[in-house]
Amino acid sequence: MKQDRELICIMCPNGCMLHVDENLNVTGNRCPRGVSYAKDELTHPTRVVTSTAKIDSEVLPVCPLKTASPIPKEKIFDVMKEINALHLKAPVHVGDVLIGDVCHTGVAVVATRDIEK
Amino acid sequence: MREYQLVVIGGGSAGMAAAISAFDKGVKEILILEKGEFLGGVLNQCIHNGFGLTYFKEELTGPEFLTRLSKKVEERGIEYELNAFVIGLGKDKTVTYISPKSGLEKIKAQAIVMATGCYERSAGAIAIPGDRPAGILTAGQAQLYLNEYGYLVGKKVFILGSGDIGLIMARRMSLEGAKVLGVAEIMPYSNGLNRNIVQCLQDYGIPLYLSHTVSRCIGKERLEAIEISKVDERLKPIPGTEMRFECDVLLLSIGLIPYNSLLDNLGLPTSNSRGAAVNEHMETALPGVFSCGNVLHVHDLVDNVVVEAELAGESAALYIKGELPEHEKKLKVGPGNGIGYVVPSFVDLENASEKIDLKFRVRKPSKNVYIDIKQGDKSIKRIYKMSIIPSEMEIIKLPKSLLSNDGGDITVSLQPKEETL
Amino acid sequence: MRYNVSYMEDIIIIGAGVTGSFLARKLSQYDLKVLVIEKENDVGNVTSMANSAIVHSGYDPLPGSKKAHFNVKGNAMYTEIAEDLDVEFERIGSLTIATSQKQLETLKDLLKRAEQNGVEAKLLSAEETKKLEPNITPEVTGSLLCPSAGIINPFTLVTHCMENALDNGVRLLLNEAVEDIKRVDGHYDVYTSKGVYQAKAVVNAAGLYSEEMASAIEPIEWTLKPRKGEYFVLDHFKANFVSHVLFPLPSEKGKGVLVSKTTSNNYIVGPSSEEVSSKEDFATDAMTLANVRAQATLMVPNIPFQHQIRVFAGLRATPSTHDFIIEPSKKYDSFINIAGIESPGLASAPAIAEYVAEELLGKLFELKKKENWNPRIKPYVKPMQLSQEERAKLIAENPDYGTIICNCEKVSLGEIKDVLSRSLPCNSIKAVKKRTRAGFGKCQGGFCQPRVLMIIAKHKGVSPTEICYDKLGSNILLEESK
Repeated sequence: MKQDRELICIMCPNGCMLHVDENLNVTGNRCPRGVSYAKDELTHPTRVVTSTAKIDSEVLPVCPLKTASPIPKEKIFDVMKEINALHLKAPVHVGDVLIGDVCHTGVAVVATRDIEK
Repeated sequence: MREYQLVVIGGGSAGMAAAISAFDKGVKEILILEKGEFLGGVLNQCIHNGFGLTYFKEELTGPEFLTRLSKKVEERGIEYELNAFVIGLGKDKTVTYISPKSGLEKIKAQAIVMATGCYERSAGAIAIPGDRPAGILTAGQAQLYLNEYGYLVGKKVFILGSGDIGLIMARRMSLEGAKVLGVAEIMPYSNGLNRNIVQCLQDYGIPLYLSHTVSRCIGKERLEAIEISKVDERLKPIPGTEMRFECDVLLLSIGLIPYNSLLDNLGLPTSNSRGAAVNEHMETALPGVFSCGNVLHVHDLVDNVVVEAELAGESAALYIKGELPEHEKKLKVGPGNGIGYVVPSFVDLENASEKIDLKFRVRKPSKNVYIDIKQGDKSIKRIYKMSIIPSEMEIIKLPKSLLSNDGGDITVSLQPKEETL
Repeated sequence: MRYNVSYMEDIIIIGAGVTGSFLARKLSQYDLKVLVIEKENDVGNVTSMANSAIVHSGYDPLPGSKKAHFNVKGNAMYTEIAEDLDVEFERIGSLTIATSQKQLETLKDLLKRAEQNGVEAKLLSAEETKKLEPNITPEVTGSLLCPSAGIINPFTLVTHCMENALDNGVRLLLNEAVEDIKRVDGHYDVYTSKGVYQAKAVVNAAGLYSEEMASAIEPIEWTLKPRKGEYFVLDHFKANFVSHVLFPLPSEKGKGVLVSKTTSNNYIVGPSSEEVSSKEDFATDAMTLANVRAQATLMVPNIPFQHQIRVFAGLRATPSTHDFIIEPSKKYDSFINIAGIESPGLASAPAIAEYVAEELLGKLFELKKKENWNPRIKPYVKPMQLSQEERAKLIAENPDYGTIICNCEKVSLGEIKDVLSRSLPCNSIKAVKKRTRAGFGKCQGGFCQPRVLMIIAKHKGVSPTEICYDKLGSNILLEESK
């Protein structure tokens, strides 16, 4: 038997306190994203991972990047392993795909900064 | 002497947004002076996501957010100079700056927007007891070292203060292989955004010790350990409650302070935010000089910084066109019960637009309260809040029609909701 | 690993604090081979760095004491020293504040003592005192003005002093602790953590550790107790919040908690005075600081502690003799102890150095002056003090002076590169901070520390992970993240 759960919505900085009943009915949300967040968070939680990768550049030794969309929470550290293996060369631009499909999640890892040289 | 219509001091999110909006309102001779090597300021090192949700309606990282703004700056051909540091500001709106490219330049501006951001409270400012070895850094320093320089400052980390940068760094360092042992917060509530408590601490199993502070640092050359203690109501450590953590780094996330030196040096009045006292147009006591972003008051979200900076930029444009006259009559705005500060500090009703943004933070978390806005003794607006917390900046759009020029000072305060009989 | 250096120094000075550095500089004018051995990663890094930064007038030491003699003599030397060594120094004068009728009587005794010591001093009324210091307590009943008291930059005093000594041929070893000293065949073998050095004479200026050094040669009759002083530093929020060095009446424990401006227009409040057991205990604690604050507030009630940017603790070596120890060992004229140099050590140091060189070492060595001795330091560029035209010209010639690294204190890349290129090694972030003020401002290095670290690493051609905050082992960066 599932129980009622309370969780803080993290979809935006409002941080609504969500109440989820046993039938996954969500209350306390100020926007519809709270509903899908609560359902997802209780069934298959996901996160966007942001980090950096080594880059050969005159400007910076590391290039910031992110997963283009959220990945399963339990895969965060596997994703980090693939990110840590990257070795980039400038130029790199915002949105450049650095890993096409990270850890078979179907999600790409993309650059988040322009590094020209 | 080179002359500009508008000089913007600081090329971070506030400075860029102010310049863009002034440009779009017809001011074409603009110079942005940025002290760093890049436009974007602190957003360059804020590589995490969570920016842009309200402004760009999508979730961006700091560098992505700043790139969108810097592209707008470039598209408009707005002039900017990097590595340019302002060393002097005159009441006649002359700006003296130095840079390796220009040497020392004194320029004249019709209007100035201050957008120099804020700085982190240091260990010295709060006199953390004990030794002072290497390994005690501000969270922002550790963030710069990690995200732009590519170095980890330690592997066993403790964090003092639950400000957002500290929470973000707890996650960042965890991802990069460090063990974060805990976060101590002297207040009985967190000073960070909820999402960061969840995503940066709970996700990584990092304990948050509320009503605790670091009571001793231990270490000769490098930090070896810290002791935290529970604090009493006066926020003083309670003897006998010490807990020891072996760690090589203590990160501090104990508050941000507007970096308002240039205006302080001119002797301009400040508000409780420690930024300049401004009117509803973000104009300081010196006509034609505007302030916005974290140098005015420390914001929770860069999205709010940009909106405020756009207002400052538009106001500068009005001033330059002669459409922002100074009036004798100004209404004072100030914090009342439970409120830390309010921006603006003054309202010039004749200049004000239909709705005036009142921005403020509460001093402590409260539930079931009214935000009560008074002019003189008269309550002119009450807004019910189920829950309100200091880590979030509140914005209330106050209709100008509720105010009158002879109604007295405006105060914002918190009132508990009275029980119905 | 130890190795023998078959090179005989004339004189080895143990310790590069203010006394050792002044002695090194004094000896650098003679044809002598002088080696200075310092255990720290920088000169002037212990007692000489963490004190009130006051060149005392000399009104309060007991007449006839070494403290009185060297203080008054040393104070008089500072005008020339500050000019030669390009050190910020201002004779702002001190006011010793009385707050009761009884204390007024004590002031009169102090005035007599000042006269005996040959120090200019004058009693001021309450009104005169308030006029000079508008922020003084309304309880003030009078004060003793000593115009010759000054404030000094204690950091560049020692670094510039040693730099000048090195420029004139003295050699310096940093990061070598002296572990033993042996008298062998009429000379000394000085064993350090890294090697053995030989000298005809040794001067022990080892500060807190001079007791250990002296004991290596013979049993000694005096002891040193470390006494801790904790201080507040406030930002330069306003010019002349106080404009003199303000002392309460002195007591047995010392000169009491003073309030003064500093040469950088900051304000210093302290010290506490507590005997401690460890010579390595530089910790501050909340209770002591609260007490310092309370004491200071008695004299200046409205000190704006919201502008506090730093607290620190210093240790001074308090001698059991209650006076400076400046004498050869009993057995050997060629082993000279300079010990117990507590307050007024900074003021006394140049006079002590002169005495030790001319009177004590002069008996052992022929003090033949070098023809090319230069008392002046190679000039330091101070962009903040230049006119706008001069500063523009400077940046045009060297664009590094146009890149500001420290926002708060407005220190340029050019100034940092300068101190990294001098004869005196500059190895750490703190060494850069002491020389340039980068990191001394209200953000306390929040912005500039990472940049300074990278500049040092690049200048030395080493990995940033090797750069230390201060002592060896105080590295800031652990490893590359990727």
